[in-house]
Amino acid sequence: MGSQIVIDPVHRIEGHGKITIQLDASGHVEDAAFHVTQFRGFEKFCEGRPYYEMPSLVERICGICPISHALASAKACDAILGVTVPAAGQKLRTLLNLASIMQSHALSFFHLSSPDLLLGFDGPPEKRNILGLLETHPQLATDGIRLRQIGQSIIEWLAGKKIHPTWVVPGGVGEPLSTENLENIRAVLPEARDIVLRTIGWFKPSMEDYREEIRTFANFPSMFLGLVDPRGNLAHFDGNLRFMDYQGNIVADQVPPARYADYIGEAVENDSYLKSPYYLPIGYPEGIYRVGPAARLNVCGGCRTLLADEEWAEFKSLEKGPVLSAFYNHYARLIEILYTIEKAEQLTADPDILSPKVRSHAQPNFFEGIGVVEAPRGTLFHHYQVDENGLITGVNLIVATGNNNLAMNHGVLQVARHFIKNGEVSEPVLTRLEAVIRAFDPCLSCATHALGMMTLHVRLLGPDGRVMDEKWR
Amino acid sequence: MTPTAPIAQKPRTDVNPVRIYTLRIDGRDVSGREDETILTVARQNGIFIPTLCHLDGLAERGACRLCIVEIQGSPKLFAACVTLVKQDMDVITDSARIRDYRRKILELIFSERNHVCAVCVVNGNCELQDLAVKLGMTHVRYDYLNPPQSVDASHPRFSLDHNRCVLCLRCIRVCKDIEGASTWDISGRGIHARIISDLNQPWGESETCTGCGKCVQVCPTGALSEKGKSVAEMTKRPQFLPYLQMMRKEAEI
Repeated sequence: MGSQIVIDPVHRIEGHGKITIQLDASGHVEDAAFHVTQFRGFEKFCEGRPYYEMPSLVERICGICPISHALASAKACDAILGVTVPAAGQKLRTLLNLASIMQSHALSFFHLSSPDLLLGFDGPPEKRNILGLLETHPQLATDGIRLRQIGQSIIEWLAGKKIHPTWVVPGGVGEPLSTENLENIRAVLPEARDIVLRTIGWFKPSMEDYREEIRTFANFPSMFLGLVDPRGNLAHFDGNLRFMDYQGNIVADQVPPARYADYIGEAVENDSYLKSPYYLPIGYPEGIYRVGPAARLNVCGGCRTLLADEEWAEFKSLEKGPVLSAFYNHYARLIEILYTIEKAEQLTADPDILSPKVRSHAQPNFFEGIGVVEAPRGTLFHHYQVDENGLITGVNLIVATGNNNLAMNHGVLQVARHFIKNGEVSEPVLTRLEAVIRAFDPCLSCATHALGMMTLHVRLLGPDGRVMDEKWR
Repeated sequence: MTPTAPIAQKPRTDVNPVRIYTLRIDGRDVSGREDETILTVARQNGIFIPTLCHLDGLAERGACRLCIVEIQGSPKLFAACVTLVKQDMDVITDSARIRDYRRKILELIFSERNHVCAVCVVNGNCELQDLAVKLGMTHVRYDYLNPPQSVDASHPRFSLDHNRCVLCLRCIRVCKDIEGASTWDISGRGIHARIISDLNQPWGESETCTGCGKCVQVCPTGALSEKGKSVAEMTKRPQFLPYLQMMRKEAEI
């Protein structure tokens, strides 16, 4: 008889997930699946609301990266209005996005993942958290907390509030940046830069210790997706889509975000609320692609900032083609933090950033709008339809984590197959199963929105345990 | 043509004097004219009574009952906005019983429709929200009804969100009494009551609406708002009302 191993809940990720592993009669792993067990319903209940409420409504999807949702939403609304955001508004939005990525990556790396790395995958689970880290590695733990604080403070100086600000609006941003707040931002950037350089200095050589994890953490060929600027360099706020195959060939380049539906299909599995997007030209389920820090660094042709470019070159040299192991997302995250700091230094040096013209006004001129940004966890798509009065009639969201769903499932199976021997699941194996999920830094609360797609599964069991009847609805 | 003397608009107070009553509010001796309400006299004396449907410059309605007060000798509660003062009245504006009722009224208002402050255009500038804070409403003890309500965004400049409407009827009063257009009215009864424009047609198709926006400015919540204002961006300016009335009175004389 085969048996099932269930890990529920999966810890230190954002949201609620569950893993099921199916063993065959001989105790070998037959299949493994990662389920997202919570349901949100945003795509449905936003219908009927005015378009200008959307940036704030969708911010409630997440408390960690509300900024990414607000920005993607505002861009979709810009398209509905048909306006061009003034240059200063555009720069302020970009700066806000950088700060959001900085704080979110800090959270992921230091608070959620570094306990695994520093206290060991085999260490006691009750110690493997940021508090345990404070006891053993106080410098690194406080660095992480401070870096996140810096990112959040920049958000507050720009948008007036750390979480769920209302500053990002259709057409631009609500208020210009004050000289005082610009100085506040400039003042904290050097400290952030020191922290991330210190952390990279420690992390890079330590990657040697995780060879087995690197080899097994979702280390399989897949496609990658990320935004790039018109010259093919790293872009987080504005850019076009680039798809790369597992050998590093660019298969689709400079795809305008508004044409995403020509390249991305959406499938739904019965055991998860999270939808499974796939690369349309290849089909489902073979069209696995990945998004996120490592994917962005894989697809881009460089960062165009001094220090981040040096690290990017090293990152690219890890493998001949694209970097495949999800473990390297940790490294990619640190490189991106460095990039956000350098880019923020550039933007805050631009005198244009204080311009009072930060918003364009218009009535809705189009019935449809698509907004795409790079959220910390990957490419984020917001697609709205409105009626002639500007009320929302349709919403489609592909949230960063959703893009990675197929890859996460594949990653879980890979780890399960490698580490589970003879049907025994030891504590270190459980830890690694969670950790492979964590390497993708999924935000499950963000990622589940679709309504009416999860099926109800009813099984009628006979006295001998045989399935007498089975219905899906 | 000989000029005619202006017609007197008001009764002459020297031959038809208004009585002045003395009464007590919260233990303080106060005085008020016989045609003044408890609310007016209380406010003249700096005594706070919460209100929602009342607005300086509009006819009273007595709809929200948040201004309820106790009058010694009566088991009933009285709405201060529509109860005239009387000689030797002993009014109590704040007691455990009154506070409890006021909070209940507020909670019922919040539970009746969908007041989602966090994503509302008037978040931070809302009379309903301010009252909840002021009266210490920490949570709602009743089940939310979550009724499906629509948004009428057919007007080119304004929108009406029935989710946020508390049926204070300020919009109806200002449109009828001040603007003189009578665009707004109410349809249905009880829980089915809702604001309608003209003959229950989309606001944008109303033939009587002058687009003056007075209703938007007097609305205490985010039910009526200017289009394009993003979340928390809408502020109401009902201050124009007393000025408008004052200037009209001056013009009459």
